[in-house]
Amino acid sequence: MNEKRNMDFNSRRDLEIISALAEPGSRILDLGCGDGSFLRKLKDEKKASVLGVEIDQDSIVRCVGNGVPVIQGDLNDHLDYLPDKSFDLAILSHTLQETRRPDRLLQDIVRVGKRAAVSVINFGHWRCRLQVAFKGKMPRSSQMPFQWYDTPNIHFCTLKDFRVLCADLGIRIVAEYPVSGRYPGLSRRHPNLFAIGCVFVLEAACR
Amino acid sequence: MKIETQQINETVFITEPKDFRLPEPLLLDCGRVLKEVNIRYETAGTLNADRSNAVLVTHALSGDAHVCGRHKPDDRKPGWWDEMIGPGKMVDTNKYFVICSNVIGGCSGSTGPQSIDPDTGKPYNMSFPVTTVADMVRAQKQLIDHLGIKKLLAVLGGSMGGMQVLQWAVDYPDMMQAVIPIATACQFSPQNIAFDWVAREAIKADPNWKGGDYTEDAVPARGLAAARMLAHITYLSEEAMSRKFGRSLQDKSARYDYDFDFDFAVESYLQYQGKRFVERFDANSYFYITRATDYFDLTAAAGGDLEAALEKVKAAFLVVSFSSDWLFPTSQSKRIVDALLKNGKEVSFCEITSGYGHDAFLLEVDTLGRMVRDFLHYQQEVYHE
Repeated sequence: MNEKRNMDFNSRRDLEIISALAEPGSRILDLGCGDGSFLRKLKDEKKASVLGVEIDQDSIVRCVGNGVPVIQGDLNDHLDYLPDKSFDLAILSHTLQETRRPDRLLQDIVRVGKRAAVSVINFGHWRCRLQVAFKGKMPRSSQMPFQWYDTPNIHFCTLKDFRVLCADLGIRIVAEYPVSGRYPGLSRRHPNLFAIGCVFVLEAACR
Repeated sequence: MKIETQQINETVFITEPKDFRLPEPLLLDCGRVLKEVNIRYETAGTLNADRSNAVLVTHALSGDAHVCGRHKPDDRKPGWWDEMIGPGKMVDTNKYFVICSNVIGGCSGSTGPQSIDPDTGKPYNMSFPVTTVADMVRAQKQLIDHLGIKKLLAVLGGSMGGMQVLQWAVDYPDMMQAVIPIATACQFSPQNIAFDWVAREAIKADPNWKGGDYTEDAVPARGLAAARMLAHITYLSEEAMSRKFGRSLQDKSARYDYDFDFDFAVESYLQYQGKRFVERFDANSYFYITRATDYFDLTAAAGGDLEAALEKVKAAFLVVSFSSDWLFPTSQSKRIVDALLKNGKEVSFCEITSGYGHDAFLLEVDTLGRMVRDFLHYQQEVYHE
């Protein structure tokens, strides 16, 4: 979770998109916040009041070094320590696929955040499909460098799968921002085939 | 040889004990009034011009005001948290003005059962009023006022020190920027109370105790040593004991002696700890301080509701626990963190992975120290906001 979150922001288009979604002065939660550098950026640029949740001790120590409040927590556990609607924006970026029950986490994130920004890696990208179809092997890429047996990514999905899950859970998808690979135009038109990932803006459906 | 001594002298950080006599009698939680209260304290570093760099350190059960440095260059041991605090250390006294005072009810310079009762001209012994953690903090607050500090940068401490930290945050919310409660809880658990009870029973059972009216030449040494040995076990973890002693025998060449004197290294270690403790600690003080922790319950004033108890705190919190601490387990720290989050307070929390048990708060200087250093640094940046 950490190596990839501590990289520079330029290589993470999804974080740029999320950053643009963050309202100035708002209250922002980042689940799986790594060393807190993204929250630090939001704190400085958006004057946001932030909180991170992170499981790794070294990352937590670095969060404190970044002046970012952080709670040690496992995203596989319920987030019952966070009150309902206590954040304007709850972020989950490139982390959902590492959790044991993504469905439960999604329900939790739309509970604690008025809005949630969930950035998903697209397993339906054409390169993934080709690797399975022609090589007959599990896909690997710069975003997914692990072997099938040592990967922390245990729950990959396609963008379509994600939409179906949200519908099943009664979570409203307010907006979709596909993260394009080489073909931005195609990504916009056929994100499930050409986008390398997507930032979904979610809200709990009104009942 | 001469040169060597010179070099050592130059690097020794000297601190000195000071006394502050409270100008007024102190009204205690129990309703009694304590007269002519003395507070023994030490400071390290320099208070800056706008008095914004003061860090109050609160000590644990057996601690004292001597938190860092040495009183004399040839002192064998430095203050109890010298690894953490001093010039260039994690809590850098070149940057911060560090204050530590002995708690009232203690036996290391502040008014306690050994002090003379001005009404009788004799030592209080067990007629000393029962003091609470809030009383300790009430006395410290007067010291901070006396030092001319309106708002501390931080209050930090572990174990019983952590209880004082929490009490400070609740009782004087405007008097600090940040707090760091370490390896502590918002209330003493029944298990904690039980250990204290057995420890005090051990002292009571010592014929020298005499209801607290012992003389200097016949102190309840066996009872107090037993109390300390019991407590010491609770400060370690099973893992730490296995690693440190295993089942090894004290006399390595020997076989079992088949008697009840100490055969095992761990027995010998406890014996040593007990003996050393008796040399520096007063048995009656042990009663008062353990009782203060027994009564400690931050939620009591709010009808048992921790969330309500923490509603008015203003400080930013850094809460730290240790994975092998079974005396103040992580679940206790998380209770505090949860209640703070529910109140929308600024809080950070980390459980540091450590095999040392409760003692880790004094031993895990690297990880804890880095966090404390960085947290203080950041809090100083936002102190004036």
